[in-house]
Amino acid sequence: MSVQPTVEAKAAAPAASGSPELLISSLLRYGVMVSLGLVVFGMGVTFFHHPDYFSSVDALQRLTTEGNWPHQLSDVMAGVLATRGQAIAMVGLLVMMAVPVARVALALLIFRQQRDRVFVAVTSVVLALLVLSFLLGHAE
Amino acid sequence: MTPFFFVTVVFTISVVAGLLGSLLGLGGGLILVPILTLLLKVDIRYAVGASIVSVIATSSGAAAAYVRDRLANLRVAMFLEMATTAGALTGAFLAGVVGGRGLYLIFGAVMGYSAVAMLRKLGAQADAPVPPDALADRLGLHSSYFDEATGREVDYRVTRPLTGLGLMYAAGAVSGLLGIGSGALKVPAMDLAMRLPLKVSTATSNFMIGVTAAASAGVYFARGDIDPFIASPVCLGVTLGAFVGSRYLTKLKSGWLRVLFVGVLLWVAFEMLRKGWAG
Repeated sequence: MSVQPTVEAKAAAPAASGSPELLISSLLRYGVMVSLGLVVFGMGVTFFHHPDYFSSVDALQRLTTEGNWPHQLSDVMAGVLATRGQAIAMVGLLVMMAVPVARVALALLIFRQQRDRVFVAVTSVVLALLVLSFLLGHAE
Repeated sequence: MTPFFFVTVVFTISVVAGLLGSLLGLGGGLILVPILTLLLKVDIRYAVGASIVSVIATSSGAAAAYVRDRLANLRVAMFLEMATTAGALTGAFLAGVVGGRGLYLIFGAVMGYSAVAMLRKLGAQADAPVPPDALADRLGLHSSYFDEATGREVDYRVTRPLTGLGLMYAAGAVSGLLGIGSGALKVPAMDLAMRLPLKVSTATSNFMIGVTAAASAGVYFARGDIDPFIASPVCLGVTLGAFVGSRYLTKLKSGWLRVLFVGVLLWVAFEMLRKGWAG
């Protein structure tokens, strides 16, 4: 974040609309927005459901003790269906984690369309490692 | 402390961490994890879990602009991500093995190193010719960017991609282990070893950090280290701080601020090392 492009740079070096750069840029921006929206909503629901969180001192201990939040996709989904704020916020955090994965998947499609064999292979390796991280985490 | 007060404090600290991070070209993680653990007594595993998600947020947000302006080199990024994701996976698993005390010690050491690296960056770097590299040619890594300072398109060539790959594996492992973006390790690898222009290195590093962090975040989530009650205010705060910082505060960046920051980094590194040592 140390080098910030200015308005002049945007005007001087525009990426053509529909170009790979612009597609990836939009995916990143909207992905982050959706995620943050869900996180805010989830936190709002949490405090709405638990007015005691404004006054109780003991509740914090419980909220930051292991095992009191969902850490499996099935738990998260069940929590969302029960409109539990923590679960909704967790969906937002999961969307955030999925944004880079979606970015790599999009790059894979773009390289395929450009018939760039070497980079289709490179991108596939990255995508496989990302999928592996989610699978391995559960196997642990 | 009530839960509401806790969330408010964490959010406020995160905004400041995001602001400082964007101001100094570091992620918020390096600042945030020590504050959460030393000041608010949050378990270091959950601090790291919260930090890693905020790292993805700031990286993706910043990368959106860098990619659109063609400052980040997508091909170099994708090539090196093979190494950073493999490293991040290794690191995230090692975190489970190393345990709390070891994490404090390693975190302190990396912070100390980052501080010294930032000091060195204060000095200018000489312009030597870039040695030709057959693999870099074959992968088509060379590119160009638009330099706003001179108003010209600048062509650049890339060299030693395999050295870069090795260094990135190490950077990825540190990132997965500590829940930080480890941009302080990525930028020198591209800047010094692969000879990308500093602006391109910084932008590409930012772009890659999201994918590196996502690889370890998956493991953290499955292990139950991502507490939404801590991670949510951290994620929102850091993103907001970084956004405001990158928009309005880049002009404030100056030499003495960096020196001051290096001092703070060294002090916190010492505190983390002491905590790890004492157990």
